[in-house]
Amino acid sequence: MEKILLIIQREYLTRVRKRAFIVMTLLVPGLIAAMFAIVIYMAKQQEQIVHTIYVLDESSAFKGKFHDSKSKKYVTIDYPLTAAKDTMQQHENDMLLYIPSATDKKDSVTVYAKKKSTLSLADDIQTELNNIATGNSMVQAHIDTVQLHKIKSNIHVQAQELTDAGAKSANVGASYALGFAGAILIYMSLFIYGAQVMRGVIEEKTSRIVEVIVSSVKPFQLMLGKIIGVGLVGLTQFLLWIILSTIVTQLIGGGGGGHNAQPSPVTQFTSNLGENIVYELSCFIFYWITGYMLYSALFAAVGSAVDSETETQQFMFPITLPLLFAYLLSVSYFFQAPDSPLAVWLSIIPLTAPVVMMVRIPFGVPGWQLGLSMALMIAGFLFATYVAARIYRVGILMYGKKASYKELAKWFFYKE
Amino acid sequence: MLSIRNIVKQYAGHTALNDVSLEVNKGQVFGLLGPNGAGKTSLIRIVNQITAPDSGEIYFNGEKLNQSHINRIGYMPEERGLYKKMEIGEQMIYLARLKGMSRDEAVKRLRYWFEKLEIQAWWNKKIEELSKGMQQKAQFVSTVVHEPDLIILDEPFSGFDPVNAELIKDEVLELNRKGATILFSTHRMESVEELCDSIILLNKSKKILDGTVKDIKNSYRNATYLIEYTGDKLTFDGSQPFSVDEETVTDDSNTIKVKLNAGTSANEVLNYLIPKTSINMLQEVVPTMNEIFIEKVSKLN
Repeated sequence: MEKILLIIQREYLTRVRKRAFIVMTLLVPGLIAAMFAIVIYMAKQQEQIVHTIYVLDESSAFKGKFHDSKSKKYVTIDYPLTAAKDTMQQHENDMLLYIPSATDKKDSVTVYAKKKSTLSLADDIQTELNNIATGNSMVQAHIDTVQLHKIKSNIHVQAQELTDAGAKSANVGASYALGFAGAILIYMSLFIYGAQVMRGVIEEKTSRIVEVIVSSVKPFQLMLGKIIGVGLVGLTQFLLWIILSTIVTQLIGGGGGGHNAQPSPVTQFTSNLGENIVYELSCFIFYWITGYMLYSALFAAVGSAVDSETETQQFMFPITLPLLFAYLLSVSYFFQAPDSPLAVWLSIIPLTAPVVMMVRIPFGVPGWQLGLSMALMIAGFLFATYVAARIYRVGILMYGKKASYKELAKWFFYKE
Repeated sequence: MLSIRNIVKQYAGHTALNDVSLEVNKGQVFGLLGPNGAGKTSLIRIVNQITAPDSGEIYFNGEKLNQSHINRIGYMPEERGLYKKMEIGEQMIYLARLKGMSRDEAVKRLRYWFEKLEIQAWWNKKIEELSKGMQQKAQFVSTVVHEPDLIILDEPFSGFDPVNAELIKDEVLELNRKGATILFSTHRMESVEELCDSIILLNKSKKILDGTVKDIKNSYRNATYLIEYTGDKLTFDGSQPFSVDEETVTDDSNTIKVKLNAGTSANEVLNYLIPKTSINMLQEVVPTMNEIFIEKVSKLN
């Protein structure tokens, strides 16, 4: 046990001290910060622009009925259209709204602007015009608009989740995003850290140090120590990413925004998730750890069977295939049909479960399915570790021998 | 101190060790000899508990070999190497701690060895920055730093440059004088006579010979002598107490290789020859380990 700790310590420290680790750890929060800064900057830019809309109303039906808003200011003018058009040429953010005397014809109202007007602004104006026109028509038809306003309902759909504890409000969007992000993160980290385990095994084998080490510890201890060490590196990296991302987005959001500072996306996101976050995060951590243990054991076995990274191709393919399959189906199809039979089965089979289950969880997974999936995950990683260890203990001492699947099967059945 | 009894090891389809037994006494330098593929490395790996035998037992200092003995053994495999990207000092500490040493103790012992082998200036260098010779010294240090009772060296002199091979040999012999038992495998016979007290000869997974070097050599003496004389070439009529195997004639001397008849001694040979010619030299022909090895192996084939 003490020796496994020593191995874990070495595997962890040599990786965490590497420049690549430090660069990656700083780069990701940096990118998030940059993205966040750009979003805030764009939003600010948008807010600062105030469009002055000159209204040339020949019908007089809309006079004085426009309401100014933060980004729009209406100014009524009464000079002819051609003269008004000329003045428009000089101001970039100004617009000319021309309402001819007869507005009942379609396409008769025109907005002139030097710059192409943004879609949302044109939409806003259109809605406003329609509201005013409708109001006018109602008055003409002797409908009491005050009465009408009272009657008019304002329905807003709110998502409610039915649970045993009663209805609970849940933000489907945030929950879904977490599941989706979880699936992608698990998919990527299985590859990244699994490959690191494999490279570590190949390094020990090609440098020939492995025989010295297995004269001090059991091959299984070495393999397990390496898997755990690299796994801890992965967890450290995630933790640092989350902490650093929260800090930088807080700083940018708080520092640059003044009184109307936006909350950081992370806190905003977590507050949207409500109580679900604990459940979803624990599922994520469970599937991350068991999925990582399962795949990295397989990667370790592959590493032990080859003499260099270029030889790994033939063994990598069957390992990466289920993962890739699960990932592609998850992001393209399963999030629309999380309870389809294929999704259910793939979320139970250990090789695909970590990715597929992540996508399904926001939509609610029956208890027995989750339980079965988790039980199989644990059984799966124990089995994979057992198989991998049997191949590994022979493979690491086989130098310069090209391994085939037949050879691997033989190694598996070797006695101690 | 090491008793190997009836070890059998089979890999799918072929037998690596077939009922091999041997005894290594404390303080011995023991040679494990045999051609490539004889099973030397398989046996060494079993002693190191890297693999387990299919049947048979090993006793270490009278106890059945178990995990607790790992720290008492120092092993230098034939395929040598270290972590290339790790600093040498840190790496040596790591390897020593895997052998059960505490960090402080490891540092102390390593300082001693680094100074002794004059590599102390390289403590903070990565292995890949070191010369091959330095790496070999470091490898040796990692084998002996935990002061093992049994030092196992698999083909210790292959791969080392001659200067380092000599240096390592001297260090190993010094450790032996201080009480360590040495077990090493080799297919280079000339190193055997120089170093070994006892040997075992393996061929095709079987033990074909074992014992002390002296006993083995004695048993392979076959009353053959080399005699050099000056003067006219002698002719032998069959009444002499020996038979002639070979005759070599040069300008100033003649050499004959003779095999003594049963029951005769070298003195009788001299008594017979002295009246006839002048003797320059009489020497018993003792076979070298290499000859014994070749003879044994080829006889079995």
